Amino acid sequence: MIEVKQIEKWFPVGESMLATLFSFFTGKRIFVRAVNGVSFNMQRGEILGLAGESGCGKTSMAMMLLGLYQPTRGVILFEGEDINAFRGNALAKFRRNAQLVFQDPYGSLNPRFTIRRTIEESLIVNKVRGKDARSKRIIKAMQRANLYPFEAFLNKYPHELSGGERQRVCIARAIVLEPTLLVADEAVSMLDVSIRASILNLLRNLTKEMKMATLYISHDLSLLGNMCDQIAIMYAGEIVEKGSPEVIIDSPRHPYTKALIAAVPVPEFKARKSPPTLLKGEPPDLTDSSETCRFLSRCDFREDRCESQKPQLREVEEGHFVSCNRIGE
Amino acid sequence: MRLTIEDLRIHYDLGGMTVRAVDGISFEVPKGMRFGLIGESGSGKTTVVKSILKILPDNAKLMGGRILLNNKDIATATEKEIDSIRWTEVSLVTQSAMHALNPIARISNQMVETFMAHIRLSKKETLEKCKEIFEMVGLSRNRIFDYPHQFSGGMRQRVIIAMAIALDPGLIIADEPTTALDVIMQAQIVNLLRSLSEQRGLSLVIITHNIAIVAEICQTVGVMYAGRMMEYGDILKVFAHPHHPYTMGLQGAFPSINDLKKDLTSIPGHPPLLIEDMPRCGFSDRCPFAIEKCREQIPEEISIEKNHRVSCHRYQHAERFREKIKNIFANRAKGRGSS
Repeated sequence: MIEVKQIEKWFPVGESMLATLFSFFTGKRIFVRAVNGVSFNMQRGEILGLAGESGCGKTSMAMMLLGLYQPTRGVILFEGEDINAFRGNALAKFRRNAQLVFQDPYGSLNPRFTIRRTIEESLIVNKVRGKDARSKRIIKAMQRANLYPFEAFLNKYPHELSGGERQRVCIARAIVLEPTLLVADEAVSMLDVSIRASILNLLRNLTKEMKMATLYISHDLSLLGNMCDQIAIMYAGEIVEKGSPEVIIDSPRHPYTKALIAAVPVPEFKARKSPPTLLKGEPPDLTDSSETCRFLSRCDFREDRCESQKPQLREVEEGHFVSCNRIGE
Repeated sequence: MRLTIEDLRIHYDLGGMTVRAVDGISFEVPKGMRFGLIGESGSGKTTVVKSILKILPDNAKLMGGRILLNNKDIATATEKEIDSIRWTEVSLVTQSAMHALNPIARISNQMVETFMAHIRLSKKETLEKCKEIFEMVGLSRNRIFDYPHQFSGGMRQRVIIAMAIALDPGLIIADEPTTALDVIMQAQIVNLLRSLSEQRGLSLVIITHNIAIVAEICQTVGVMYAGRMMEYGDILKVFAHPHHPYTMGLQGAFPSINDLKKDLTSIPGHPPLLIEDMPRCGFSDRCPFAIEKCREQIPEEISIEKNHRVSCHRYQHAERFREKIKNIFANRAKGRGSS
C-alpha cells in the first residue's frame, strides 16, 4: 500500500543569513543527514513499529510519510503514486487518508473546543456537508474509539476528561475520516501505566478492523514486540534490521538491535543475574557524509572494511533484513 | 543511612478544600538497600519523598507521622537543621534533568557553587573533587567545563547524579530518574545507580511508574494508590504473589520483552479525587472484587508473611483473584470501554 524507496532527509545547519550568503560563495553547506536512505513497505491492516533511540530520525521519517516534510531524495508511493507530486484535489484526498495521533493528549486538543467540535473540525475542513451526516460519523468514530456512552462526551471539554479519554478523543478525531494510513508517535508514553494497554489494544483493533496501515513509533521494544506485525530498527537515520517481532526480539542479528533489546528492563520478578553489557558512547555525527557503517564507533565487531564499505540491508532469511557487513559470518 | 517512614500524613490546603495526598504511609529502607515506590500519577509518591527533604509547596501540611533518618526524627526539624542534611546526608535526583541545570552557567561552576555552600574546601580543591566524581559517573574529566546544552539528556542525568553523590550522602532519592530518557540511556542510568549503591553502601529510594525498573534494581517495593500503601514488601514476594488487585492489574498492564504474546489489560476507571474524607478502600471503585465492606471501611495493612504487607479486606482470596483478574479486566474493557 505504501512503498518508501531510498528516502533521505537533510536539514541544513546554521541557517543564518550570513551563513547562507557565505555558503553561496564557497558552495559548501553542512547538512544533518537525519534520514539516510530508508526503504520499507507498509500493508493495510498491519502495524509497523519503528524503534530507535532519541535523534535517530524516527519522527522525521513519520513527517515525510504524512507529506509534512519534503524528502531530499527518494520517493514515497501511496497506492502507487508519489505523495510529493500530489496537488489540489489529489493532495486533499491524501491528507484525508493520512492521519496522525500525537504523543501528548494534553497539548494536542484545543481546550476551547468541545469533543464534538474537536472531531467535527476535520469533517468541516474536508467539506462533509449536512449536520446529521456529520453527527453520524462523529458518533461512529467515538464508538470505534470506545468512548462510551458517547452522549456523555459530546459536549464535554478536554479538561473534563482523563488522559486516557483524551487520547481516545485524539484517536476518534484521527479515524473519523476513515484514513488508510495512521501514524502514532509514542501515543501512550504520557499516559498512566494502568490505562496504556487499553489504548494500545484499541489502536491494534482499529488497524485490523478498518484495514489501516499503521506506523507506531516508540523506543520501547517490549511494547512494539507486543503490538506490531513488523518491526524496523533505526539507527542514525538508517534501518539496520527489519522483521517480525519474534525474529527481531528472539533472534536479532545486528549488534545494535542486540544492545537495544538488552537495554529493555524486564518486569518479571526475578532480577537479572548480571547487568547487561551496554552500548557505550554516543550516536555518530550526522553531518558526516563518508561512506562508512554508521554504527562503527559503537560496534564491538568492527573490521577494517566497515570503515570503507557501507553495509546494505540484505535479506538473511525470509522476511528478516539486516544491514551489517559481517552478517554472513 | 536507614530511612524509616511511619504513618506519614500530608494534606494540601486548596483554599478551603483539603487534598489528602498522603494518608498514612509507612516503609523502611535499611542501609545499602534499594526501595522502589510505584504508582500512577497523583498517587502521592512525589509528595512522600519531597516531605523527607522538606521541599513541599507552602500549602502542604504535615498532619502526622514520623520520618526517621538513622533513628533521628526529622519530620518536625527546622529549616536550618534540614539544610545541614541536604546533599551531605540525603540528596535528590530530580525528574527533569533537562531543566535542573542552569543553562547559562558552566557545569563546573554550578557544581562548585553547590558544594562550597556545604563544605569548607578551597575552590581549586572542590573542582578537583568534582572532576573525580565526574569520572565516577562515567563522564570525561575535562567536559566539566561544558555548558548543559552541550550534553545529551542521559549525560545531563549523569551530571545530576554526580552532584547527588558528591558529598557522600547515605541516602539518594531518585524521582523518576529515567522517564525522559530513551531505553539505552535508561539502562545506563539504572546500572549506574545500582553500582553506586553497591559500591558505596548507599540507600536508594526510586520513584517510578515503571515496574520493570523496580524489578531490575530494587530489593523492596511499595505500591501506592490514592495516598495509601496498597502492598509493600520484598520484591520477589510482591511480584511473584501479589495480594492486592491493584498490583495484579499493574502487572497485567505491562508489556514484557520475554512474553510477546502477553495480552495486555488495563484497569478501567479513574483514581478517586482525594478531596473527600475517604472512609473506604481507595481502589474500591475500580476493583472488580470489591464487596460492601470495601466501600465502608478502610482496610488495614496486614502482614501476610515476613516482609510482605497488603491493605485489602479480601487478601485471603488473592490466589483466586490472580487467576480471574485478567479475564475480568479484558472483558470490561471490551464491554463498556471506559478507560
